[in-house]
Amino acid sequence: MVSNLSDYTTEVHNDWCPGCGDFGIVNAIQMALAELNMPRHKAAIFSGIGCSGKTSHFVNVYGIHTLHGRVLTFAQGAKLANPEMTIIAAGGDGDGLGIGAGHFVAAGRRNVDMTYIIFNNAVYGLTKGQASPTLKLGLKTKSLPEPNVNQAVNPIALAVASGFTFVARGYAYDVRQLKDLIIAAVKHKGLAFLDVLQPCPTYNDINTRDWFAGMDHIDEITKKPRPRIYKLEDTGFDPVVHIDSPDEENEKIAQALIKSNEWDSKIPTGIFYKNEIVAPYHERIADRIPNYLENPPAYQEISSGSRPITDISKILDSLEV
Amino acid sequence: MASIDLTWVIGGPQGGGVETAANIFAGACAGCGLKIFGKREYYSNIKGEHSYFGVRVSDKQIRSNINGITMLAAFDSETLFRHAEDVFYDGAIVYESDLVSIKADEVPTLDEPFKDRLVKYLGSKNKPNTIQGMLDAAKERGVTLYPVSFKTILANLADETGNPKLRGMFRMQNVLAVSVSLGLLGLPPDTLLGSVEGVFAKKKEIAEMNKHAANYAYNFASAKFQKFKYQLAPIQKEPNTLLVQGFQSTGLGKIACGCRFQSYYPITPASDESVFLESNETFDVENSRPGSTIVVQTEDEISAIGMVVGAAVTGTRAATSTSGPGFSLMAETLGWAGINEVPIVVTLYQRSGPSTGLPTRHGQDDLQFAIHAGHGDFPRIVYASGDIEEGFYDTAKCFNFAEMFQMPVIHMMDKFIASTVATVKRFDLKKITIERGKLLQTVSTPNYRRFEPSSDGISPRSKLGLENGIFWNTGDESDEFGHISEDPVNRVYKMDKRAQKLEVALQTIPKEDQAVNYGTSEVCIVSWGSTKGPILDAIEILKKEGHKIGFVQIKLLTPFPTDYIKSLLKNVSTIIDIEANHSGQLGSLVNEHLDHKVDYYILKYSGRAMTSTELYESIKKILEKKAEKKQVLTYGV
Repeated sequence: MVSNLSDYTTEVHNDWCPGCGDFGIVNAIQMALAELNMPRHKAAIFSGIGCSGKTSHFVNVYGIHTLHGRVLTFAQGAKLANPEMTIIAAGGDGDGLGIGAGHFVAAGRRNVDMTYIIFNNAVYGLTKGQASPTLKLGLKTKSLPEPNVNQAVNPIALAVASGFTFVARGYAYDVRQLKDLIIAAVKHKGLAFLDVLQPCPTYNDINTRDWFAGMDHIDEITKKPRPRIYKLEDTGFDPVVHIDSPDEENEKIAQALIKSNEWDSKIPTGIFYKNEIVAPYHERIADRIPNYLENPPAYQEISSGSRPITDISKILDSLEV
Repeated sequence: MASIDLTWVIGGPQGGGVETAANIFAGACAGCGLKIFGKREYYSNIKGEHSYFGVRVSDKQIRSNINGITMLAAFDSETLFRHAEDVFYDGAIVYESDLVSIKADEVPTLDEPFKDRLVKYLGSKNKPNTIQGMLDAAKERGVTLYPVSFKTILANLADETGNPKLRGMFRMQNVLAVSVSLGLLGLPPDTLLGSVEGVFAKKKEIAEMNKHAANYAYNFASAKFQKFKYQLAPIQKEPNTLLVQGFQSTGLGKIACGCRFQSYYPITPASDESVFLESNETFDVENSRPGSTIVVQTEDEISAIGMVVGAAVTGTRAATSTSGPGFSLMAETLGWAGINEVPIVVTLYQRSGPSTGLPTRHGQDDLQFAIHAGHGDFPRIVYASGDIEEGFYDTAKCFNFAEMFQMPVIHMMDKFIASTVATVKRFDLKKITIERGKLLQTVSTPNYRRFEPSSDGISPRSKLGLENGIFWNTGDESDEFGHISEDPVNRVYKMDKRAQKLEVALQTIPKEDQAVNYGTSEVCIVSWGSTKGPILDAIEILKKEGHKIGFVQIKLLTPFPTDYIKSLLKNVSTIIDIEANHSGQLGSLVNEHLDHKVDYYILKYSGRAMTSTELYESIKKILEKKAEKKQVLTYGV
C-alpha cells in the first residue's frame, strides 16, 4: 500500500503564525513519512516545548509532547525500550541548545538510532521573542530591549563535536530538500541531527525569509538578489566518512566544522557530516545482550497471567548462606 | 532465651578493606546458622576517612543495631579513638599493638569537634591523649585487650610461605583482624575459610593467599590468647536463608517483577542498586527467550527519569533509582508522568538532606517532599518499605500500583536499609503477582482515545507500536485523544478523572498493604520505613518488662489511608511518632488527617540510624511520664 500525505495529517487546528517556517517543517515530516511508506503505528514524534513542540499534535503517528529541553531523554528511552519504532524528536533552538544542551551532548555520545530536528529561528517565540542560543552576538531582534550580549552557539559544530553521526542543515522554505534530508536522517544508522533554519515572522525581523533569499544583497551586475542559502551538494562536497581511518575521519570533521562557520553572505545547507562506521547504541547493547533486538524490553514476556516468570533462582542461590 | 547476642565492629580507613572484613565475618557467622544484622557507616570520601561496619550476631531473630560493642577490631588508630569508649565493660578490643604511642593530634582525619570531645573524655579519666590512654581507660572499665602485631604476623607468613611480598601486604590486615576475632570468638575455622573463599570467589589466587593468612591468624589467636568470655557456636541452620544487602532487595524485586528498563545517574546510596541490575542484566525466563534489563547511566537525573517515561510509553516496566538531590531534579518530569497517566517507579533511597547534606548518612528526610514533589495537583502513590524483605516484595507491588492506577509511584527506601546486610528468608516468587491493569496488547477498532472516560477514571492504556493504538501525550492539559486543550469544561473533567484514581487506589490496595498493624494498645507507635526493625526490637524488650506497646507501620503514605489508620488508632490514648528526620514528617501527616494528634515525638537526625537500645530508653521515658513532647536521639559515631 502506498501512503498518502493525508494519512499523516491530523485534524488538530494549527495555531502557528501565518507565514511561520514551522509549516514547511511539519509538511516535510509528513511528506517524508509518506515517501517512506511508514506504518503509522511504527513511528513516533517526540517534541519539546515552544511553538515547535506542537509538531507532534499535527502528525498522525504516535505523538509525545514532552518537557522543555527534555525531548531527547524521552525519545531515547522509548527507542531503547522498543527499537522497532522510528523515532523523530523535534524541538526549538532554545529547547535543544539552551535548557537541553546537556542532553544534546550526551545524546551524541550514545548515537541512538533516531532523528533529531531543531527548528532554529534564533528567538524564543512563545515567550515573546527573547534571544535564543543561536542568535548572533550584537543582533537586536525586534522585541529585545538591547542587542544580544551572548555569542551564538554553532549547532552543526556542536553536533559534530558531540558525536552525532549524521549532521545536516535544511531550510524551512525548501520543503523538497528538507523532506529528502529527513528521509536520509531516518535511514541513517545512528543519531541524525537536522538543523532547520526557520524564520520566525513575528519576532525575528533580521533573519527573515527575504534575508535568507538575499533581498538586501543585490548583485551589482545582474541587479538580482543573491540568495544566502546554497546547497553543499552543488559544490561537490562529500560529507561521508568512507573508511575506518583517523585521517579520513579528521578530514571529514574538519571540513564540516569549517563549513559550519559560514554565515552572513553564504549559508550552506545539506549534509555536513555522515559517519556510519561508529556503532549505534543498539549494537553496543547487543554486544552484551545478544538477543536485545529480537526480544527488546517492550516485547519481553514478564508474566503468565499474574504469575511472574523471570527466573531469579541463580542470583538467590549465590546469596544463600 | 538468647544465648548469643554480640556486636562485632571493625573500623579502618576507607578503602582499607573494612567492608570485605565485615562480609567475611557476616558470611562466616551466617554460614553457622547465626542471624546477622550489620550496618556500614562511611564518609563521603574514596580513601582515608574513617569507615566502620558493625555486625550484630544472634541465635534469634534480630532487626536492629544496639548501643555498644562486644568486640572491636582495629588495625588503625582512628578506630580506637572513635570506638574504644563504646566497648561494653565486659567486651574486648583486638588491636594493632604498634599503635599504642600514637597521639590524637597525629591523626589528621580526626575532626576538631570530635577531638575536643575526646580530649575531655580522656581528661576526665586522667589519661593522656594517646591510644594507650584510650586502651587504659577501657581496661579500667573491665574491657579485655588483645594486642596483636599484624605486621609480625605478615612477616611470619612471608617466612613460612617463602613469599617475601607478604611482608608488605598491609592490605591483608583486614582479613587478619577478622580471623583473629573469630579465633577469639571460637567459631569453627572451616566456616571462616569458607567465607573468605566466598568473598574472594572471583579471584582465585587472592582467595588462596587470604585463606592461608586467615588460617594462620585464627590459629595464632587461639594459641596465644585465652578464649574470650563470649563465644560463637554453630546452631541449626535454617534452610532457605539469604545474606542480603538492602540495595539487592529492590534490585531483585525489579528483575523478578519484570522491570526491563532502568536509567540512573550515580548517587549515594542509590546507585548500588543500578550497578547490581547491570551486573545481572540477563536472566532466564520460564518458557520464553532469555530476558534482559537495559540499564542506562544518564547524564543527569532529569535524563534518567525522562528515559524512564519514554520507555514506559512503550509498555515496558521502567524505573529509576535515586536519592534526594537527584529526586529534586526529577520533580518536573514526575508531574508530566502524572498528567499523562504514565506508570513509572522511582525508587527513592533517602539520605540526610537538605542539599548535599550528609551524603553517605541515613535520614528519612524526604517523605513530605515525595508527597508534594512537582508543581500542580496530580496523583501519585508514595509507598514505604520497612526492611530488606519488604524492599523485595514491595518493589513488585509498586509496579502493580503504577500500572493498575496509571500514575507514578515513589518507593521510599533509605540509606539504613541500603547498607544493611542481614540474614533473611529466601525471597519467594510465589508471593508476588504481576498486575498490568488496563494495558492493551491489541486495539481492534479505530479512533482509540487514550483518556476516554471510564467509571473508575482509569482508561485502557495503549503503548507505542500498537496498530490502531495511536495516542498523543502532552504536558499541557489535553483532551481525550491527548491533544492540547484549554477548554475549562475538559479541564475539570481531566482533573477529576486523575484525582478519582486515588480514591480507587485506596479502595483497591488491600488494608494489610496500606499499613501493618503489630497490635495496638493504649500507647501506640506510628512510624514508617526503616524504623520498623529498631521499633519491633525495642517493643520486645519492653514486653519482657511487662509493657504492652502498640505499633502501626504506615506503608501507603499517599493516598493517606485515613479511615483505616483512624480505625486502628481509635482506642489509643497516646500516639508516639518515631522517624529519622527533624520535623516529624509522618507526624504532620497524622496531624493533618486524624483528629487525634501526635502526643510524643522520638526523632533522630544525626545521620545515624536508630538503635533499639535508644528507642527502648526513650519509649520508657514516655511510659514513666518523664519525657518531653519531643525526644531527639543521638547515638552513633
